[in-house]
Amino acid sequence: MAIEASPVSQRPSVLSKVARNWSVRIGVGVLALLVAVAICAPWMGTVDPAVMDGAVMNVLPGHSGEFTLLDGRAVKHEFWMGADSFGRDIWSRVLYGTRISLIVGLFVALVSLTLGGLSGLCAGYLRWLDGILMRVMDGLMAIPGILLAIALVSALGASLTTVVVAIAIPEIPRVTRLVRSLVLSIREEPYVEAAVALGTPTWKIMLRHILPNAIAPLIVQGTFVCASAILVESILSFLGVGLPSEIPTWGNIMAEGRVQFNQYPHNVLYPGIFLAATVLAVNMLGDGLRDTLDPKFNKRGSGK
Amino acid sequence: MLQFLIRRLLAVIPVLFVVAVVVFLILRLTPGDPAAVIAGNSATLEDIANIRKSLGLDEPLLIQFGIWFKAILTGDLGHSFYYRLPVTELIGQRLEPTFMLALFTIVLAVMVSVPLGVLAAWRHGGWLDRGLMGFSVLGFSIPVFVLGYILIWIVSLKLNLLPVQGYKRIGEGFWPFVSHLILPAVTLAVIYIALIARVTRAAVSEALTEDYIRTARSKGLPEVRVLIKHALANAAVPIVTVIGIGIALLIGGVVVTETVYAIPGLGQLTVDAVLARDFPVVQGVILFFSVAYVLINLLVDLSYIVLDPRIRY
Repeated sequence: MAIEASPVSQRPSVLSKVARNWSVRIGVGVLALLVAVAICAPWMGTVDPAVMDGAVMNVLPGHSGEFTLLDGRAVKHEFWMGADSFGRDIWSRVLYGTRISLIVGLFVALVSLTLGGLSGLCAGYLRWLDGILMRVMDGLMAIPGILLAIALVSALGASLTTVVVAIAIPEIPRVTRLVRSLVLSIREEPYVEAAVALGTPTWKIMLRHILPNAIAPLIVQGTFVCASAILVESILSFLGVGLPSEIPTWGNIMAEGRVQFNQYPHNVLYPGIFLAATVLAVNMLGDGLRDTLDPKFNKRGSGK
Repeated sequence: MLQFLIRRLLAVIPVLFVVAVVVFLILRLTPGDPAAVIAGNSATLEDIANIRKSLGLDEPLLIQFGIWFKAILTGDLGHSFYYRLPVTELIGQRLEPTFMLALFTIVLAVMVSVPLGVLAAWRHGGWLDRGLMGFSVLGFSIPVFVLGYILIWIVSLKLNLLPVQGYKRIGEGFWPFVSHLILPAVTLAVIYIALIARVTRAAVSEALTEDYIRTARSKGLPEVRVLIKHALANAAVPIVTVIGIGIALLIGGVVVTETVYAIPGLGQLTVDAVLARDFPVVQGVILFFSVAYVLINLLVDLSYIVLDPRIRY
């Protein structure tokens, strides 16, 4: 036992390897900043993002003046990013928009990992289900994801829940395929055979022996799902089929701004920069995690 | 070989069947009476009753699906209440701009990404390699519409080089036609370039480690020939595969790009139909795109036979 254990203790822990990766560091850093912005939005020089003040329609970025709230009170306000054509403060809308993007990204990742993980486990371990389940997934994958999401939102009606569901459904087949292929290779491992020989019930083998060994690739996949979900949510809003336009999402701000893009390009550019930075951060986190967590990728990398 | 062809062709059937079931069910997810949804806001009770009868909505769900499925097999995708046209005719009208945009994008993306990927693999770890990898992460992250607006802002508004928006048919002159497509195609190509370049780089650098590359070099072949005839030719299968898979990405991007650049194609038709709750059109367009996607990937699979003579089914 001692001989087998020693190399493990000498190996640098996975976590410290992850923490030393620059891609992960930058990704986590930017995301932490965005989470802080999402939480602290009310105290960052913002006003109610839904309130329209006709007196400040289309003021330019950097304008400093007064903003009239719903109750008629006028407060001193810096329009860092100007105001839109309804007189809503863009700085406030962009900061509050962070909340929607992060929530959608997180929940779509959770929903599609859970459902895709479950169906992948079933397809990989319960052979009688495999054929039919994978044919359904092939069919779902044949429908371009954004189109399916657009159709689902328009059929279900737009709310935060339906948007999350509509974006998650096209992601499920990819997760299912990944988990299924992992399960197919893990189930051949000696420790699974041993558990089968000991008469361990199937559900216990799946949850205790197979699932833990599929966690690392699942986390990597989850970050990529998250990045794509944030993008798709903003696309839905931008096309006008996502969350109702009074809700401050980056896509909604851009949809409103595109009408007069020629005169006031900043209405589109500011939320666009936030969106791109967020997706980039999540993608960098995912790339870093894949490089450090995925043993298959590592082997290939070190072989060169 | 013939057996493989037949098997591959048959495999398409269940996929398309599932697509049809999903597209059928989408409409049934809407709260309320599907007949009223299909008939639109301005419909009379009589219209609704007619639709209800023609779709068999009083029958069980399975029979409803049967009726609908039989119709699409005969090429009848239903009727748009909004445009007052058969859906197939609408799709036919809007196909040209979308097809041209997709064609321009694919040609541009392949012409840029494959040479870049090969060069990056050739100088593995060099500045071009690292630059390309950085660009590809960026390309995956920058939203199509943000990029589109930045390009319009710089190229069309500030520099005045290209038209801002719109589409001209090829019959209206060659330069107007091309100039209206350059920016949309560049916008749409970026994510595609990122994807293809990444796979090209990986596939070519894998091929470059093979023995036949060393042999080719040691017999004195010029490096360009080694790269193209030996490395790239052996990396062709994954590259063509990713081009095929990327079509899904392209279709999603087309919808957005057409909205940004006001191109009257299938993407804009989809968005307009969704906003007007014109469900037969939404269903028709999704079916059309999915079938196109499946058939393109069928062609990709069949191209393996040509690209890699070792593959003999």
